[in-house]
Amino acid sequence: MTPPAQGNAVIRVESLFKAFGSLKVINDVNLNVNVGETLVVLCRSGTGKSVLLKLLIGLQQPDSGSIQMLGQEITQLAEKPLNEVRKKVGFVFQNAALYDSLTVAENVEFPLKYHTALTVGQRREQAMEILTRVGMQDSALMMPTELSGGMKRRVGLARALVLKPKIMLYDEPTAGLDPITSEEINELILKLQQEHAMSSIVVTHEMHSAQRISNHVAMLDQGSIVFDGNFSDMKNSDNKFVSLFIKNG
Amino acid sequence: MKTPQQGFGGLGSIPSFLEWFGELGCFVGKFVRSTFSRPFHFQALLQQMHEIGTRSLPLVVLASASTGVVLSLHTRESLVRFGAKGLLPVVIVMTIIKESGPIITALIVCGRVGAGIGAQLASMKVTEQIDAIEASGINAFRLLVVTRILACILMLPLLTIVADLSGILVGWLANTLVEHVSLVRFIQDGFKQLTFQDLLPTTFRTAIFGFIIGLLGCFQGTRSTGGTEGVARAATSAVVLASLFVIVADVGLVRLIQIVFRP
Ligand SMILES: Nc1ncnc2c1ncn2[C@@H]1O[C@H](COP(=O)(O)OP(=O)(O)OP(=O)(O)O)[C@@H](O)[C@H]1O
Ligand SMILES: [Mg+2]
Repeated sequence: MTPPAQGNAVIRVESLFKAFGSLKVINDVNLNVNVGETLVVLCRSGTGKSVLLKLLIGLQQPDSGSIQMLGQEITQLAEKPLNEVRKKVGFVFQNAALYDSLTVAENVEFPLKYHTALTVGQRREQAMEILTRVGMQDSALMMPTELSGGMKRRVGLARALVLKPKIMLYDEPTAGLDPITSEEINELILKLQQEHAMSSIVVTHEMHSAQRISNHVAMLDQGSIVFDGNFSDMKNSDNKFVSLFIKNG
Repeated sequence: MKTPQQGFGGLGSIPSFLEWFGELGCFVGKFVRSTFSRPFHFQALLQQMHEIGTRSLPLVVLASASTGVVLSLHTRESLVRFGAKGLLPVVIVMTIIKESGPIITALIVCGRVGAGIGAQLASMKVTEQIDAIEASGINAFRLLVVTRILACILMLPLLTIVADLSGILVGWLANTLVEHVSLVRFIQDGFKQLTFQDLLPTTFRTAIFGFIIGLLGCFQGTRSTGGTEGVARAATSAVVLASLFVIVADVGLVRLIQIVFRP
């Protein structure tokens, strides 16, 4: 269980704590993600996966600890520099969180509209390009309420990708999808990593996804990390939670 | 279990009421700071002005017109009884411009826009759309809240002017059906004693009503918790609180205007 080299970490989390009242959701978590690496965080449902990701981009404030994204300590940042970091991080929400008053294409164009000087035509062009990449080009003019769960997930992915981020954070990207669609999404994540040297964190409870896409795996039990290493090393772990997860995964 | 948030718009008990008021104060501070800092979302402001202003227009005109009719019928009856029929235009114009135009506009916008803003922001929060805006590096407060409150502030006086006009016009119409009097004459009589001081402060005090409506819609919307039920609660409490605050503010403002603008 060797933590990756400290040198080129794009995400570095140290002794992170977060509690809601008496409920300790994140309890002394340390994580490192290097350039071009995919970290899969495995844990059970309802135990703080979404909270962890939201902490990473400052959507929630930790009680204590340090979070460095692309070399910046985001727990200390003012609004403007924090937004600069957020522009370089794509966040795929668990339930897609599409803007329901906008069409699919407008959803994808939304970050471009506020962060670039592109014309309307150029924005549409880029949005279509990315929608094509996730296989949603034919639904560009539909409203989010007309989409299925899997389609929403892809549009959410497209929207997260449109500013060409350096880091992607995925909140259960394949949960609740059929195996074939899951596999397609896994492949997309892999392709992004390979073609664009994207660094990512994927939180999930699905062992299969972890095996497919991870460079390394961290296991979270009751807010603490009980395993951090390669997927293949997991079966050698003597932690009870880890073996239980493997047995039932 | 009833947490403070689950009470009516967070106003369950005295401590939570104080907490609510404190938070509202911070919210106002944030609004002022954000309004005067860049970037300013002009396009979103225009869109909200359309949403809040243009779309409230039919209802406001209708309500004000019917008040004009009722006012004309009632006052006519009373004035005839006292032999002061000649005062009819002035009474109608004064009543509409000073009170019924502004307050009817404000209360209608309270219902239509307060509920709309409250429900929309609350559901955007519940479905993490506000988080998604923040996550893409855009200040959601500036984009959603500042534009809505400013649109309310700007549109209410304009809506009030239209409401006044339609009320006066229909008031004349109702009057002239009973006893013919030309519109020009009616207007001349009605506005003869009206000064600028009667007109401007009373009309532009509705900007403050607009601020109250936008503020409470946004505040109740963005602080809502707890799923669909929370959305409904946010909408209802936004309307009730905004109406209440508008009525109270009206009393205060009318007195203030009387003190400040009387020689
Ligand atoms: N804003 C909040 N206020 C209070 N408690 C919260 C808040 N957000 C999350 N929690 C609590 O933190 C815990 C973890 O929530 P989180 O949403 O991170 O779970 P999750 O692992 O993403 O679950 P799921 O697999 O269902 O998505 C839950 O017990 C939840 O009740
Ligand atoms: Mg979650």
